Amino acid sequence: MPAEKLLLIGVNHKTTPLAVRERIALSGGYEEPLAKVKGLPGVKECYLLSTCNRVELLLVIEPDSGVEERVVEFLFSGRVAIAEADQYLYRHYGRAAVQHLFKVAASLDSMVVGEAQILGQLKEAYRHAARNGTTGPLLNKLLHKAFSVAKRVRTETAIGSSAVSISYAAVQLAKKIFGHLRGRRVLLIGAGEMAELAAEHLVGQGVEEVIVANRTLARAVALARRFSGRAVSMEELVAQLQHVDIVISSTGSPDLVLRRDEVKSVMRRRMNSPLFFIDIAVPRDLDPELITLDNVYLYDIDDLTSVVEINKSERDREAVKAGRIVDEETLKFMNWYGGVAVNPTIQALRGKLDDIARQELERTVAKMPGLGEAERQQLARMTEAMVAKILHDPLMYLKSESCAGRDRSDAKITLVREVFGLGSEDHGA
Amino acid sequence: MEDFTLLFFRVTLVTAFLTAAAYMVHFVAQGKKVRTIARVLMILSGVLQSGYIVLGFAIAGHTPLTSQHDAVVFFAWSTSIAYLSFRWRYSVKNFGTPVSMMIFLLLLVASFSHKSFAPLPPALQSVWLPIHGGVSLVAYGFLTLAFCGSLMYLLLERELKSKRFGYFFARFPSLGALDQLNHHCLLAGFAFLTVGIVTGSLWARQAWGTYWQWDPKETWSLITWCVYLVQLHQRLTVGWRGKRAAAMSVLGFIGVLFTLWGVTYLLGGVHSYAR
Repeated sequence: MPAEKLLLIGVNHKTTPLAVRERIALSGGYEEPLAKVKGLPGVKECYLLSTCNRVELLLVIEPDSGVEERVVEFLFSGRVAIAEADQYLYRHYGRAAVQHLFKVAASLDSMVVGEAQILGQLKEAYRHAARNGTTGPLLNKLLHKAFSVAKRVRTETAIGSSAVSISYAAVQLAKKIFGHLRGRRVLLIGAGEMAELAAEHLVGQGVEEVIVANRTLARAVALARRFSGRAVSMEELVAQLQHVDIVISSTGSPDLVLRRDEVKSVMRRRMNSPLFFIDIAVPRDLDPELITLDNVYLYDIDDLTSVVEINKSERDREAVKAGRIVDEETLKFMNWYGGVAVNPTIQALRGKLDDIARQELERTVAKMPGLGEAERQQLARMTEAMVAKILHDPLMYLKSESCAGRDRSDAKITLVREVFGLGSEDHGA
Repeated sequence: MEDFTLLFFRVTLVTAFLTAAAYMVHFVAQGKKVRTIARVLMILSGVLQSGYIVLGFAIAGHTPLTSQHDAVVFFAWSTSIAYLSFRWRYSVKNFGTPVSMMIFLLLLVASFSHKSFAPLPPALQSVWLPIHGGVSLVAYGFLTLAFCGSLMYLLLERELKSKRFGYFFARFPSLGALDQLNHHCLLAGFAFLTVGIVTGSLWARQAWGTYWQWDPKETWSLITWCVYLVQLHQRLTVGWRGKRAAAMSVLGFIGVLFTLWGVTYLLGGVHSYAR
């Protein structure tokens, strides 16, 4: 087993209330936090996943380097007391970390189990990590494996078939408030993918018009065209509230985009007809105080969970099946992980060179019928000596002590395996 | 004959109980079969109540409205009829449960007082009796529906606002449907109530020579009428709806109940024959 440790540390919708999550949501993009975490002493590889439901760091760290505490500190960056943070955080090591990652990728840990968005988010996060060079051989392998596990779960179970993400919950709630959705109007604030998905569902339920408000008008226009709706600028937001019934907000704005007083004045002009707000942004876009207004209903993503809970039993069976796949793949990965240690690599390398030597020897001998037994043995000894000499330097490289206290064995193994084309787990396991 | 009417009433009461029980089972278990049974029982219950009133008419020779027992039975009957006529036009999920319970409760209250077989006092021997009394009680029937719908609205709204989606969320109709139901029942109830008060006033002019004499019952029905009037006015002008309208409906219904019983037992007056 390699000496470094695999650590997964994070918060999600199950462990942490939204109010805490929005304080650590990294709305500034991936680059900066990735660079900072990578810069922490003791961190060898890192990968960051930040969605509206979870923030997770997957790390390869040097054991006993005290890096965990520094990572926790970074994650909450002083906005939440460390003692308080500990009750929200989960930490998984080694096998548990792999299993958790696979579960997340397979959408078994999602708010709506089986929803497909998470895989896209995982890949997106990986693109950032790879571009910034923060992942190394172990995480590259692990993440690619995670993607294939997700794919396998999707094809082998029916988990995705009845899952339809947040938007499903939104439709359920809208129906409970309005009865039916025919003739209703939807306003999307922010033109993100989640909003798009939710709008799609609502249109499927007979919603009459979709209005899109976005900071960049071009994106709003593009999305509005998809639903043959209208695009408006953010400045017109409050004016638009008078004509719509459902508002879905998902901007990346760090501040509130709608306040209680603004909505209150609109309610009077609307003759108090009900207004249904869904806030899927983290940090929140909509003033939580909106709920105190009569005939105004406001839900954030956490609230939508409990709606989904009501219809989840049929998915549970498929989730069990998917859980088995995850366990199986975790086991396979851990076997590989254990196997990528030095010895199996040496064996594989030697085996490969021996094979080549033997094959070439046989071919040569076959072309030279006049050779006697003694010459043949001479030739064999020569190839063996060549193999041994070629092997010498790579083996020394693999076995060499780590330099300056930094254990690079995983990188070395990967290098040797790649240079000599040793394939992956099949040889190592 | 008295034995037969008593038996008839008991059968009606038991049917109403079974209806309420079936609706309750349906509410809890949400089974389709039980719902069908409940619907059939509801219709049967309505038919039996109608039969009981017709029987009372046949025995007494006038519309049975003048005793406490008869008035409350008539009240239950108008609620049943209001519900069935309403149900005819559009269905509201699980609305039968509270309504069937109200009907049963009303009949239960009626069972505590005896049917009067005494002849009608001269003051009440008029064609106005069935018109004024009947119309007023039909109004109460619709207002009972508005009350039930409003209660459901308030319960569901509380669940939606507190974001804990539990028992009622899965079982109640949508807020929109409940609000519309409240509005429609209120419109019908208010119209009947207005006619009831106007006909009462005309009858008073004929019987006592004055349109309005501030008898406690008159006063209280006017107060109730005003509560409903304010609600309607506010809905149509500034869009009072939802929670506020539902709360007003509940308040109005308390007025209705007080007009029916509170006035008779606490305040007396010329209407207090109906003991």
